[in-house]
Formats: sequence, structure tokens, C-alpha cells
Amino acid sequence: MSDRITAADVVKVAKLARLDLTPDEIVRTTAQLDGMLEHFADMDALDLDAVVPMTQPYPLHNVFRDDMVVIGLDHDEVLAAAPRSEDGRFWVPPIIGLDS
Amino acid sequence: MTAVPTSAAAIAAGVRSGSLKAVDVVEAHLARIADREGEIHAFNVVLADRARAGAAAVDAMVAAGGDPGPLAGVPIALKDNMCTRGIPTTCSSKILDGWKPPYDATVVTKLAAAGAIAIGKTNLDEFAMGSSTENSAFGPTRNPHDTSRVPGGSSGGSAAAVAAGFAPVGIGSDTGGSIRQPAALCGVVGAKPTYGYVSRYGLIAFASSLDQIGPFTTTVHDSALLLDVIGGHDPMDSTSIPVAHAPLTGVLDRGVKGLRIGRITDLPAGADPDVTERLEAAFDALREAGARIIDVQVPAFSYGLTAYYLIAPAEASSNLARFDGVRFGLRVDALDTNTMYSATRAAGFGDEVKRRIMLGTYALSAGYYDAYYGRALKVRKLIHDDFARAYQDADVLLTPTSASVAFPFGSKGDNPLAMYLCDVYTIPSNLAGHPGMSVPFGTGADGLPVGVQVLAGTLDEATMFRVGAALERCAPAVTSAVALHGSAS
Repeated sequence: MSDRITAADVVKVAKLARLDLTPDEIVRTTAQLDGMLEHFADMDALDLDAVVPMTQPYPLHNVFRDDMVVIGLDHDEVLAAAPRSEDGRFWVPPIIGLDS
Repeated sequence: MTAVPTSAAAIAAGVRSGSLKAVDVVEAHLARIADREGEIHAFNVVLADRARAGAAAVDAMVAAGGDPGPLAGVPIALKDNMCTRGIPTTCSSKILDGWKPPYDATVVTKLAAAGAIAIGKTNLDEFAMGSSTENSAFGPTRNPHDTSRVPGGSSGGSAAAVAAGFAPVGIGSDTGGSIRQPAALCGVVGAKPTYGYVSRYGLIAFASSLDQIGPFTTTVHDSALLLDVIGGHDPMDSTSIPVAHAPLTGVLDRGVKGLRIGRITDLPAGADPDVTERLEAAFDALREAGARIIDVQVPAFSYGLTAYYLIAPAEASSNLARFDGVRFGLRVDALDTNTMYSATRAAGFGDEVKRRIMLGTYALSAGYYDAYYGRALKVRKLIHDDFARAYQDADVLLTPTSASVAFPFGSKGDNPLAMYLCDVYTIPSNLAGHPGMSVPFGTGADGLPVGVQVLAGTLDEATMFRVGAALERCAPAVTSAVALHGSAS
């Protein structure tokens, strides 16, 4: 087992990614990510210091449109697709205050 | 009933002239679907009633002296990651099961405006993550040439639908080869245009800097025809290239005399002998047609897999954050929002999607960003620059599309990397943003189809299609899966 990634790393990343992983999934994911990161080490052979990162394939910058009102998505149609809505809004359980 | 032609161009010509009825075209394809869909599972949903109504409307327009457009009466199989208003759009994921989008993707709107008829939404690897459709939450699609084998992926449903004669045209998306690889494995033509050529508005995002929409067809001419319809600038997609594209259907007869065809001498090894034999035959055929074969090097090509499997999951981990149970799809109820997010995503996403979200989140997280995501972006630049040098010497590059013919279900086992290696020849052009297409070029092991990949520089679809058309003209005749398995029409 290499030390590229540990089960503790996987638990932390799962929390960041908002994914509940089972203990079994944590073990499997740790092994699989480790195998991938080992493969990805092939790029360690490259001298990349002077290379500029490329984030997009086609050089478009600051794409604007005229500041005019256009018709957007239908409010009721959008809310109809939600798991739960109330009074014209998305309904979610409490975000804070459960502990108090 | 009049015999229905196989190509979209011939169908549209017949329907526009009144010699062919769109309703008959649709019935013929629905009959083939009824005959073999149970075995193939190309579709997540077949839109039989809507297609019949759409066809009747097309026929009525022709009868009234109108012109429905260049795809009049042509049935289209849409990959189920393109939004269709009021029609379920699932990405073959449980997390979107039952969701009906409140809008149409731009490609869907353009196809309808050209007279095309959506006949169904096709199966895919969940959120387009995979190379076999085995990752679909709704079960795999089977290859019409041999149902014990995969159709490729992620757009396996669209490729299989076209190969099985369920539709003359399928629409797919290609993030790392998801149009070209299944096209090769199913023996049809698959094209991924330049990044920004086709609007991504309404395509549910996997990796936004890599995703691009393109067609599956039985002929190169149909492929050009489809791109002429769905290509072009769209203000709804800020990465859409704001230039007008010259029609590709006009370049197909120009031949390849004098064109420089690049052979990549440092291409990653690993292609099966039957595949390399077909590639060599393709080089020979183009040479005989008047092209010159030039040796080129693309040293960074072999690092494509690493760059891609860091960049694509990183972008995916961000894009898929929107599936949280608040606005659409599945929700697992909980007492607070954080618990609801985590429980919903755990229940809604499949293993491969979770794996890529984890990998992407890791590559972007504090302490690892520079070592993984940051370095991958630099490798991406190297690949782009190496291609640019190669295209100074060669007009197009020719490679295998897939290292092997269609493989049996389950043969990649539990090792995700084995599946990722399927995309080794297709990934680099996504990273560079370049166009690529797969053209069937005979058969390999077990009589299964082999595709040859044509790659070109940014917005040089015209040269790519000239070469694609030349390859098609000299390709060995292959019995189609429709002819092989009979047809109900």
C-alpha cells in the first residue's frame, strides 16, 4: 500500500463532496484512488515549470450580451420539477439551528 | 408502404418531394424498435406517440406546399443527457429519474426546426462517465453486431440505435471519446466537432471545457448534414464560437489529392493487431487516392490519459454539485440540509460517478491542487502545443479510434483504469479542443467493426470531412447489423 492517499483522506474528501460513503466504499475508494494516482505519476517526468496552464480550448474572454430583459424559464414549470416547493419557493429542511 | 431509405439525406429528400411520407418513415423505424429493442436496450424512453404526431405535422406541411427543412421526417435518437422540455431527461442516473426539464437544449430546438423527429432518448453511461454503457443505472445497452458485447460508451445507446436501424441519426456527446469510440464499436460514423462548434446549452454538463455534441450516422454525408444543422453560434452558450461555419456537405467530393496525412510515430502502443492492420489499410487507401503520408510526432499524446482523468473529474465534481435534492430529481429527506445533500447524493449516484466526484474533489482540494489539477492543466497545454506543431506538417492525423473491437460485458473487471484506457486515442483531441471523427473501415476480430479516427486542427472540419469521405469511398463493404439480423419493415 502506498502512502499517496489514506482512508482518512477519503473520509475528508467525501465530506467535502457531500457524499455519504459506507465503510466498505471507503476501503474500496481508497484502493482505487491510490491506483489511479500511481498511474498519474507519469507526469512527474515532465518539466512543467515554464508551461502556462490551459483551462479552455478556445480563447474567448468576457462574453457579454446586451443588457435587455428576456423571457426566462417558466416559474411554475421550474418549481413543478422540484422534490418539494411551497408558496412559490423551493422548500428545504433547516440549514442552521437544529442544535439549539 | 414505400421502402424507407437508410440515409437521412435520402429520407429528407423523399419527404420534401412528397414521394415519401414521414409517417411511414416513423412507422418503419418503430417497427424495427419493436422487433429488437428488447434485446438491444438502446433507449431509456421511446417517444412513439410524439414521433407519430411530429411526422403527421411534417407531412401536413409538405402537403400544404411548405418545406419542413433539411431533415424533414428524419427520426433522431437523442442521448438522454440533452434536455427535452416536458420529456424525462435522466442522464441514465437515479438522481434525475422522473425529472422533466422546463426547456429544450439548443440542438433539440435546431433539429426540430429542421424537420427532424425525436424518436427516443438513448441510454448512456451515467452522466456520460464510461466507455461501455455498463455504468447506466437502467442497465447496459448491447451491441447490435453481437449482443454479448458492449456498444462502447458513453453514447452507446445512440450508436446502437443507429447501428440497429432504430433511427438513421443519433445525437451524442463526446467528452473524451464518447461519440467516436461507440461509433467505432458499432460500425457507424461518429463526429466530434471543434469545442464550441455546437452549442452546449441544454446538454447536462459533465466536464464543461471538454464536452461537445455531435452526430452518429450511417454515412459521412449524413454526418456533415447534421453538423450543418446543429452547428453555429448560440448566445445561450458563452463558449460557443461566434463565427459562421461553411457547409460541410459541400466539401465531401473534393478528394484528398495533395493532402498530407499524418502518422503519429510516437502514438501510445496497445492497439490490437486487427485494429492496426485496418489503420495501415486506411493509410494505403488514402495514399492511392493521392494523399501523402507524413510521419509526425505528438510526444505529449501519451500523457493525455493522466491530464484527462484529473481535469474531467475535477470539472465533474463541480458540475455535479448541483444534484443536491433541492431543485430537481431525487431527494432523500433528512432533518437538515447537509444531511439531505449527502444522503441524496449517496442514494442517487452510481459507483463510477461517485469515484469521479471523489477523484475530482481530491485533485482540487487544498494541498493537492498544484500537484494534480494544476499540473494536469500544464500537460494539457503541452498536448495542445504538440498538436499545433504536428499540424504545421500534416493536414490531418490518422489513428485507431479504439484499441480493440467491441469487448464482452464485464471484461474490464473492477479496475477503473482498464476502462479508462479505452479512450487513450480519443482523449487528446478533447483536451486540445480539436475535431475528430471515426469512420468504419472494415472488420477485425470475430468480424466486428473497426473504426479509423481522423483528427484535424481547430475549426478544420472541412479537411477532416474530405478525408472521412475518401475513407468511406474506399472502405471495404461491411454487412450492416440491420441486414445481418433482418428487419421488421
